[in-house]
Amino acid sequence: MAWDRNQMAARAAQELQDGWYVNLGIGIPTLVSNYIPEGITVTLQSENGMLGMGPFPFEGEEDADLINAGKQTITELPQTAYFDSAQSFGMIRGGKIAMAILGAMEVAENGDLANWMIPGKLIKGMGGAMDLVAGVGRVVVVMDHTNKKGETKLLKSCTLPLTGQGVVDRIITNLGVLDVVEGGLKIVETAEGVTEQEIRDATEATLV
Amino acid sequence: MGKIYKSASEALDGLLFDGMLIAAGGFGLCGIPELLIKAIQDAGTKDLVVASNNAGVDEFGLGLLLQTKQVKKMMSSYVGENDLFMQQYLSGELEIEFNPQGTLAERMRAGGCGIPGFYTKTGVGTVIADGKEHKDFNGQTYIMEEGIFADLSIVKAWKADETGNLVFRKTARNFNPPAAMCGTVCVVEVEEIVPTGSLDPDSIHLPGIYVHRLIQGDHEKRIEQRTVRQKETS
Repeated sequence: MAWDRNQMAARAAQELQDGWYVNLGIGIPTLVSNYIPEGITVTLQSENGMLGMGPFPFEGEEDADLINAGKQTITELPQTAYFDSAQSFGMIRGGKIAMAILGAMEVAENGDLANWMIPGKLIKGMGGAMDLVAGVGRVVVVMDHTNKKGETKLLKSCTLPLTGQGVVDRIITNLGVLDVVEGGLKIVETAEGVTEQEIRDATEATLV
Repeated sequence: MGKIYKSASEALDGLLFDGMLIAAGGFGLCGIPELLIKAIQDAGTKDLVVASNNAGVDEFGLGLLLQTKQVKKMMSSYVGENDLFMQQYLSGELEIEFNPQGTLAERMRAGGCGIPGFYTKTGVGTVIADGKEHKDFNGQTYIMEEGIFADLSIVKAWKADETGNLVFRKTARNFNPPAAMCGTVCVVEVEEIVPTGSLDPDSIHLPGIYVHRLIQGDHEKRIEQRTVRQKETS
């Protein structure tokens, strides 16, 4: 059986190391915060200007001045610090954020990432995604191995406009874990009950 | 002295002209200069170019200026929350220049610091890099982005003293300091103006040198995505 959304998030949480400052994208990456391993302390950055992002507030305790990058109400923690957007992206561009975990539409075998626009559809904008993938120490993509039509999202080269060039380090899909290495992608782990052959069949990118 | 004005429209008097470039603070609907936006709508200034991370929602924030078709072009990173924006964009009434969020913030900060251009890795190899100067430093490729020099900055802070020293609150700070810095004139709305001397000088987020006009007002502070968790029941 392939991993579900929560199992993918739990697997992604294994990527975290004690003391790291990390940025989690919208969607499955947000769920990663539910699975941070015991004994590991990480500080979550919200790129609208906060380090030390806490959980959602209890009803009645929402604060219009306290939101995350997805515009959801959140809370602060004892170690929270606030700053402006220029400083926030200064720490991203400056390589101070150890890792970003984000979703994607397509990843290519050379680490190219596409996750911000589909030609012919409404363009909403890239937000902070281009800055994050260009700036952080390590980029981990969490996404389904195939799209809704059953087509692979792990390609020889991206067909959609890029968010970043050669930026992805590791991909966690519902079928397993793959690394971007010299010459293509390398399977490093399969989901319980998934064979390497199943991953090969669902992947267009060169597997080495 | 006289940085303090009675109302948003009075504070904007003589500053507005058609075709001007306005830098606005705020992220989503958090920390937006809602009173100044409303006053610009009332003034009817046309063909505005607005540098702001987002474009508000249909009925609130910068969405108000889209309703009245006062905006010619937006410089933003994400406009997904505004249907009206999409309609006007698709019909060709509105231009959009997408900027990566950090590039937009740094373009404002740079403009305010007298820096006309800077190099960044953000967007290299993407459509954002098209037509921009590329330069290698230490074996890595960067693109040049230009500082933003706005005609007017509109900003929301939490508290100000009478000299315009500003304190922001939580994530409502966001784009407000860089937006404040990059304008020829900066008008700020706050929830409270306190007597000079009552703010801790070590805790000022933006010094009053950047602030030219100041108003105090009541803010709606709308929440875009109210998200809560359940209290655990025993």
